[in-house]
Amino acid sequence: MTNAIEAEGLTKSFGAVTAVDGIDLAIKEGTVFGLLGPNGAGKTTTVHILATLVAPDAGRATIAGYDVATQAHQVRQLIGLAGQYASVDEMLTGTENLILLARLTGQSRSAARQRAKELLAQFRLENAASRAVKTYSGGMRRRLDLAASLVARPRVLFLDEPTTGLDPRSRNEMWDVVRDLTGNDGVTVLLTTQYLEEADQLAERIAVVDHGAMIAAGTPAELKASTGGATLNDVFLALTGRDIEPATTDDELQESFA
Amino acid sequence: MTAMTLNPPIGAPQLPARVGPLRGLQQTCSLAWRTLVQIKHNPFELVDFSIQPVMFLLLFVYVFGGAIGGSPHAYLQYLLAGIMVQNSLFTTLNTATGLATDLDKGFFSRLRALPIARFAPLAGRIVADLAKQAWALALLYGVASIMGFRAGANPLAVIAAMGLVLVVTLAFAWLPVWIGMIVSTPEKVQLFGFVLLFPLTFTSGAFVKTVSMPGWLQAFSKANPVTLLADAARGLLIGGPAARPAIEALLYAVALTVVFAPLAVRALRRRV
Repeated sequence: MTNAIEAEGLTKSFGAVTAVDGIDLAIKEGTVFGLLGPNGAGKTTTVHILATLVAPDAGRATIAGYDVATQAHQVRQLIGLAGQYASVDEMLTGTENLILLARLTGQSRSAARQRAKELLAQFRLENAASRAVKTYSGGMRRRLDLAASLVARPRVLFLDEPTTGLDPRSRNEMWDVVRDLTGNDGVTVLLTTQYLEEADQLAERIAVVDHGAMIAAGTPAELKASTGGATLNDVFLALTGRDIEPATTDDELQESFA
Repeated sequence: MTAMTLNPPIGAPQLPARVGPLRGLQQTCSLAWRTLVQIKHNPFELVDFSIQPVMFLLLFVYVFGGAIGGSPHAYLQYLLAGIMVQNSLFTTLNTATGLATDLDKGFFSRLRALPIARFAPLAGRIVADLAKQAWALALLYGVASIMGFRAGANPLAVIAAMGLVLVVTLAFAWLPVWIGMIVSTPEKVQLFGFVLLFPLTFTSGAFVKTVSMPGWLQAFSKANPVTLLADAARGLLIGGPAARPAIEALLYAVALTVVFAPLAVRALRRRV
């Protein structure tokens, strides 16, 4: 089986801060891989390197065999990016956002309209299709964000903290959507999250990152067995001596989104 | 991990390695559409770039016109070029604010992860704002004509005046765009407008003849690019000498582009 995502010794510093410190990845095609770690662990920077947004200081990475640094244009034809730092245009409607992205990725006017309609139905946003995104709830916005990343039918999807700040109900909805997505058409997903439960629920394999470095990797069951922990929180505690739980509670995040 | 192996691409056949120029142009148009279609959802924006310039024109002509120019009608002949320049320069702030907002909200990250021409996001915004400016200039000319403005003998010179204003403003836009790339929040771009654009416009010959200013200010005003551009546009609009200020204004445009376009592009690369 081939790897959709490979990385070797990825390193990136911003000034004196080393955000990513020698990350290695080998993610099989058609699987969901979870990158788990607290705020500031280097998850987003890793995704940004893989999505061609940031050049690594050292190391290399490939998406489906294409080098993210030297073959960025090919990589961009294969990936979709959704998450906290890749948003849609709040002034446009849901339909307009999706049509824009479809047109940008080379679809004809009628194909773009068709694709937008399909995705809005798939993500249960038909009723909000012709409303400006600024009127959407947090959960709706995340769903549209995910839909936007799927417009060009990517082979590799990056979900950067897809549920951070969502209430439990919206989070469950989001999980269902991600499961549907990976269930059928063989899309490879790299998911970053601060939530143990999320990684446990969605990912087949998990890497635990802390201070830019990978400190453990395996299936959720393997990680639990090797450290003797019953939950992923126990695993993180055993590995680092610290709790992994995000510093901010959901309520606080909700407020900051409101 | 074992040595890196190059896998055959999943999405065979071989993917193209770059965007063709025609596709880049189409992508620019799509992104320009994105900026213009927002007007539909935010009619207030229409006020910004249609009603505001007309309001300025009416206020200046009928409130100040008698005092400054002898009569509102005489002042209108002088003022129209100045209002056109002032409005276009201030519109560049919208370009910069829009780009800063895209960076701030993460929309730019999404665009940069797409297989589109690298220049398209910037060019799309600029094309859309040029369209808005062209509309505002035509509207100002139309309203001024109703108010009694009479252009010079050559109708082509009127088109040339508007073209010159658009070209020089386009070059000038690199300065606020650069500011928009380096400030932390989009709101700060507006602050820059007040601190730089207001004094620059009001110390120019856009609204009044510079001869009534104190000597030191006259010296500054004569070198002010806003004066040069307004003089050139006025010369073309009402039929007077335009060649010299037009060339000087265009030299300013080249200088501004040479300095601020690379700074803006470099600042953009640093932010994701």
